[in-house]
Amino acid sequence: MQDVAIVGVGCTPVGEPWDKSLREIAVDSTWNALDDAGTDEVDGLIVGNMSSGNFIDQESLGSLIADYGGLGNISAFKVEGACGSAGAAFKAGVMAVASGYHDVVCVTGVEKMTDVVGNSATKILANACDREYEAIHGVTFVGLNAMIMKRYMHDHKVTREQISTFPVNSHKNGVKNPNAMFRREISLDTVLNSPMVADPLTVMDCAPICDGAASVILTTRERAREFTDTPVIIKGCSVKVDTIGVHDRATVTSMAATKAAAKDAFAQAKMEPKDIQTAELHDAFSIMGVIGLEDLGFVPAGKGAKFAADGEIAIGGKLPCCTMGGLKARGHPVGATGVYQIVELAKNIRGDGVIDVENGIAQNIGGTGSTVSVAILGRDD
Amino acid sequence: MPSSVPRHWRENIKRYRLLGTKCASCGTIHYPRRTVCPSCKARELEEYQFKGSGKIYSYTIIRSPPEGYEFCKPYAAALIELEEGEIVTAQLTDCNFDDLEIGMPVESVIRRMFAYGESGIIVYGYKFRPILPRM
Ligand SMILES: [Zn+2]
Repeated sequence: MQDVAIVGVGCTPVGEPWDKSLREIAVDSTWNALDDAGTDEVDGLIVGNMSSGNFIDQESLGSLIADYGGLGNISAFKVEGACGSAGAAFKAGVMAVASGYHDVVCVTGVEKMTDVVGNSATKILANACDREYEAIHGVTFVGLNAMIMKRYMHDHKVTREQISTFPVNSHKNGVKNPNAMFRREISLDTVLNSPMVADPLTVMDCAPICDGAASVILTTRERAREFTDTPVIIKGCSVKVDTIGVHDRATVTSMAATKAAAKDAFAQAKMEPKDIQTAELHDAFSIMGVIGLEDLGFVPAGKGAKFAADGEIAIGGKLPCCTMGGLKARGHPVGATGVYQIVELAKNIRGDGVIDVENGIAQNIGGTGSTVSVAILGRDD
Repeated sequence: MPSSVPRHWRENIKRYRLLGTKCASCGTIHYPRRTVCPSCKARELEEYQFKGSGKIYSYTIIRSPPEGYEFCKPYAAALIELEEGEIVTAQLTDCNFDDLEIGMPVESVIRRMFAYGESGIIVYGYKFRPILPRM
């Protein structure tokens, strides 16, 4: 198996670009990354996307994006794992290069969510959970996370105030990211006093519905210097699953899939949580960021909220998290998010990000923890 | 969701009666029903009837419902820990939101879940309600 490097990154600004279609943002982002790598050739394209069939009545994204990207008759297909689609697509890209099947691969995560109106997006997002035994009861994706949060507060005697420092941190970091959807700070009071979506989660605890595309160009560590002086190495990369339904888990307040993927990724990287300098956590809901800190091994169970409330996740804290706004402020175009995280982490590591670090970890969650990918990236040393 | 009749018909009995499975090999019970036991990988499973009572494991109030469920908003949803130990996801009904709490005893009832428009099929299934004091 070959070591794999990121030699180019790109993305589109997250938001509601009414004048741009899915194919346009996907192609923009793909070429943005190709330009960054200084090449116009890849022999593989892997697309991360959750639900183009429901959001815009379009499947066959491998063909669509390769076609409109002018990439020719290359190998191209889509990988799906709900909101964790892009993290899973990234792993597929890493495997493609590591195995020697492909020389240069582009992984593009894309989602166009704002072409549907009314409550359709809420219904489509609920497809991430068990349609027959969760969603059919009218339980939304936010609702499931709200129940996880309620139980977490009950079991760990933690307050809403502590958990909701997560979006405050993400918004603060989003200000500096030109690709973030929300570039303004919010206060804890704003989070707590915003309209309730599913108690105890308010609208400001939840990542927005939006559009976006992000891409990375992968090749072998051996060839990386042909493209860039600052390759970022994939030290560890794992995707693991858990039960589709929250109700079938031994515990709902931690995610077995995160723990398993983290264990795998840390073993590959020969690293431990204490070695990690920054984390891109899947903070789609405040509670997910808190549980992520715990499941990745940074703090013991029940201590994530206090760690966040103490300022340790801020830039300058012990473990800066969601440094470019996270899902909450950068935005969460579901099937693209995992690649946005990799793009941001890679920038921080290679020196054109917002903090100076040698390594970092990204965690991308599909469903309520049903599919979780964990990637550890680092400098080429 | 497609509104085909078979899709709902095939689930009817299980949804009306909370019918799950029990592993013939290791004895683990499952709801929803399964065809492979996740505990021991055995594929010989028998039907298992849950009693239908339990307590609230966690809950929320859905204020922003998905398409098709607007008619009953806001509504309470919960993870119910059944007497037998399994947890199921369902709506709560016949309750005051302010009275809800983790650990509250509840029982299952059959209710209308949603309908495909004015003339489409109506889907029924279980919801849970607080156990009323018996006279
Ligand atoms: Zn068994």
